Parts: sequence; structure tokens; C-alpha cells
Amino acid sequence: MSEAEIRQTVLRVLGNIAPEADLARLNSQGRLRDQLDIDSMDFLNFVIGLHNELNVEIPERDYGQLLTLDACVNYLTSALQRSNRT
Amino acid sequence: MSDFLMPKLGADMTAGTLVAWKKKPGDKVRRGDIMAEVDTDKGVIDIEAFTDGILDELLVQPGTIVPVGIPLARIRAEGQEGLAVVAASIPAEAPKILKPSPVVFPTASPPPALSGDELARLRISPSARQRARELGVDPRGVQGTGRGGAITREDIERAAADASPSPSTPAAAPATKLAESTDRNRRMRQAIAAAMARANREIPHYYLSTTIDLKPALDWLTAQNERCPVADRLLYGVLLLKATALALREVPELNAFWQDDRLAIQPSIHLGVAVSLRGGGLIAPALHDADRKSLGQLMKELRDLVARVRSGGLRSSELSDPTITVTSLGEQGIEAVYGVIYPPQVALVGFGKVVERPWSVTGQIVSRPLVIATLAGDHRATDGHRGGVFLAALERLLQDPAKL
Repeated sequence: MSEAEIRQTVLRVLGNIAPEADLARLNSQGRLRDQLDIDSMDFLNFVIGLHNELNVEIPERDYGQLLTLDACVNYLTSALQRSNRT
Repeated sequence: MSDFLMPKLGADMTAGTLVAWKKKPGDKVRRGDIMAEVDTDKGVIDIEAFTDGILDELLVQPGTIVPVGIPLARIRAEGQEGLAVVAASIPAEAPKILKPSPVVFPTASPPPALSGDELARLRISPSARQRARELGVDPRGVQGTGRGGAITREDIERAAADASPSPSTPAAAPATKLAESTDRNRRMRQAIAAAMARANREIPHYYLSTTIDLKPALDWLTAQNERCPVADRLLYGVLLLKATALALREVPELNAFWQDDRLAIQPSIHLGVAVSLRGGGLIAPALHDADRKSLGQLMKELRDLVARVRSGGLRSSELSDPTITVTSLGEQGIEAVYGVIYPPQVALVGFGKVVERPWSVTGQIVSRPLVIATLAGDHRATDGHRGGVFLAALERLLQDPAKL
């Protein structure tokens, strides 16, 4: 899966969590929590959504690596590479 | 024969708009079945039947604003004869169907009339719906650009800008728009205002707080979540809710209503969980029988409840029967919240943010994750001593999370 596809997937999952948000205007380096008014329940649903779409296990200790859109894409790209190698 | 009434979904509700019927005359209904959808200050709510029987007659058409306590339909007992037969013997006074000409209340002007089916079919978030009311935009004519064609706040704002007054627009138009801004946002604000003003007028509040060491609970939770697939992971808030419910068993007079100048202790513990809406406002629907459910079950129900607060589909029982409210402002970085009790409840439990702070453990200063738990109590119903017993129980229960 290409980085662009991963980015699209992340945006789609975010769209389900914050349906009223204009994701085209999202700052990819700003904190998702602040920009989209996401609370811990939304964030858990976000992680579950990513898991369902990409079949990636995201342990709780890695949540800190998912704070911005860019960080999510980086994290998921390397996670998918890791799982392809094994 | 019994009447199916517009229910009162909380102390602040005076009327609701019938959106759609979910049953038709002749249908069998069971207690708890969803009968209708009703639009309220808190969004579109699924209204449940409170009795078994056969739906005999619908008295109200979708689109009508109906005051609380007014019959929406008639339900007859099974085996009882239907209206067609009975009607012949009844004089012409049989209730007429309320036409969808909205009833107007002094405090709230009617929302733009959407037919039930249209309202139900529209994919629109509560926040965008609210914005549509504010701006006087009819969402039916708006092209959605969100996921699955959902209408977003931006779509509404664009539509409002497109429809801005042309030279031929009469001068009265802005005034009309202003009048129409008695929208959901304002109605919800008015409803909250009425309930909170009543609370402050009638309820002599007392406030207590205690700081709780959450290390045992959070360590246990981390270990637990490590072993779980993501869909089964728990949020620490669920531990706080369960501990609250169990502590209420020990001090049941906090799980109660103050009605007719006396305390009515409630047999079941239904936690009203305060959930804030995107774009403002607040709903505190019930997690039913929280003391008797496992953490996993509570987590599942909480996720479902929060999703339905935000996207619609709350049930009438969830709005009408919380026996106490629990609120957490920790997500916003607030350390302690001293709440206003939602009448007729007699207590509100608040949790702040979990913060790492110095804490003394057996004479040693160590860093610990701490949370401040507060209780707002109705002094007519309980005294500070009992409130203190409750907070002490809450703290004790959170030290042994495996038993929650």
C-alpha cells in the first residue's frame, strides 16, 4: 500500500469520527486532538478504525506516535512494512 | 385502551416534534419497542413503548410539535376490539389528528418544518443541523460533501452564503432570519438554562472533594489492555464509572430523586454520563444498571452511547431515567469540577484530569497519577457526612481495580 493510500485511509477513518470536519483544511502537522476536538473515546474509535481498515495492531504504548496526520502516516507506513516482512 | 404520550425526557423538556412513526396501526407493540422518532433539543430520540398491546390509532402526524404529556397514539390491550368497531358507539368527540401546524410556545419558536421521512433520511451531523437552524438554511436543498454524502457544517455555511440577500430580497428578510435563529442551539441553551436555574434556585448544594491515587487502577488497566485486541480495550473512565456505581450501593441516598419534598431512593443505578456535543451543548444519557455490569460490558455500552449522542438514535429511556450524573472535564485539562445537580437528581460526581504529582506513600514522596473526585450533593437529601462516606468508598474501590 502506498503512502498516499495510507493517508487516504487515515482521512477516511477520521471522517467517520468527525463527520462535520473539513479534512481538506486539516494541518497535517498539527495535533489531531486540537484540530478535530477529539476526546479519548474518539481516539479509541480512530485506532479501532485503523485496525479494521489496515489490519495493523496498534498497542496502547504507541498512541503517542499518532498525534498528527503526518505522524499517523509515518507510523502506519513502517508498521505495514514490518508486517509485510514477517 | 391506553394513551401513548409525548414523554418528558428530562426536567428541561417541554415539547418535541414528531419526526416519524416506526409502527403502524394494527402492529403489535412490546414494552421497550421503538414507537416513533421525536426531535428534541437533544437531537432526534427514539421513543419507546411503555406498555404491551396493539397500536390502535395514530393521533399525530409527523412534523407536529407536541407538548409533553399529550397523547401521540392509542394502544389497546391484545384481545380488545379495534377502533373501527368501537368508533361507532363513540360520539363525534373522538380526538382529531393534530395537523402539522406547529404549536407555538412562548419560549421557543418552531423549527423549520421538515417532514419525518426527509429528516430521517438526511445524512447530517447534529452540529451541521444546528448550524442550519442558526443560519435558517433548509438542509434538504444542500449538497453534502462529507463522507457518504453527509452534510457538513461547511456545506451549510456555503449554502447560507450562496443564499445571501439578493437586491430583490425584501428588507424584512434579515429580521426573519434572526427570528429563525431560535434554533436547536438556542433551544438547547434555553433548556439547560431552565434546568440549571431551577437547580440553583431550589437545591442547596454542598461540595466535597478528595484526591485519589490512580496508580493501581492505571497499572492494572495498562496490563489488561496490553493483552486485549484493540476493540476490547478499556478507557480508564470506565473504571471511574464502575467504582462510582459500586460506591453508590454503599450510600444509596445519593442515587435518588428529590420529589414532593421527600427523598425517593432509586432501586437501580443508572449513571447519567455527561457527553459534550461537538459545537456546544451537553447530553447526559443513562448507562443502565452500571453497578451490575462488567467493565467490558460498560465499555461497550459507553462507546455505543457516545456514538449515538453524536450521530442520533438515543432512546427515550436513556434520557428520562438517569439517577445521578457523572461528569469528567479531564479531557480539557481541568483538575476539578464542581457541578450543578440536574433535578430531580440529588447528586453529581465529577472527575478532573489525571495528573502526575508528588504524593506521599508510607512516608516517601513519590510521583503518582492523581485525580480529584468531587461530589455536589443536595443538602435537602443528604448531609456532608454521607457524601464523605461515598467519596471514601470511591477511593477504596479504585485501589483494588481487579475487583471492579
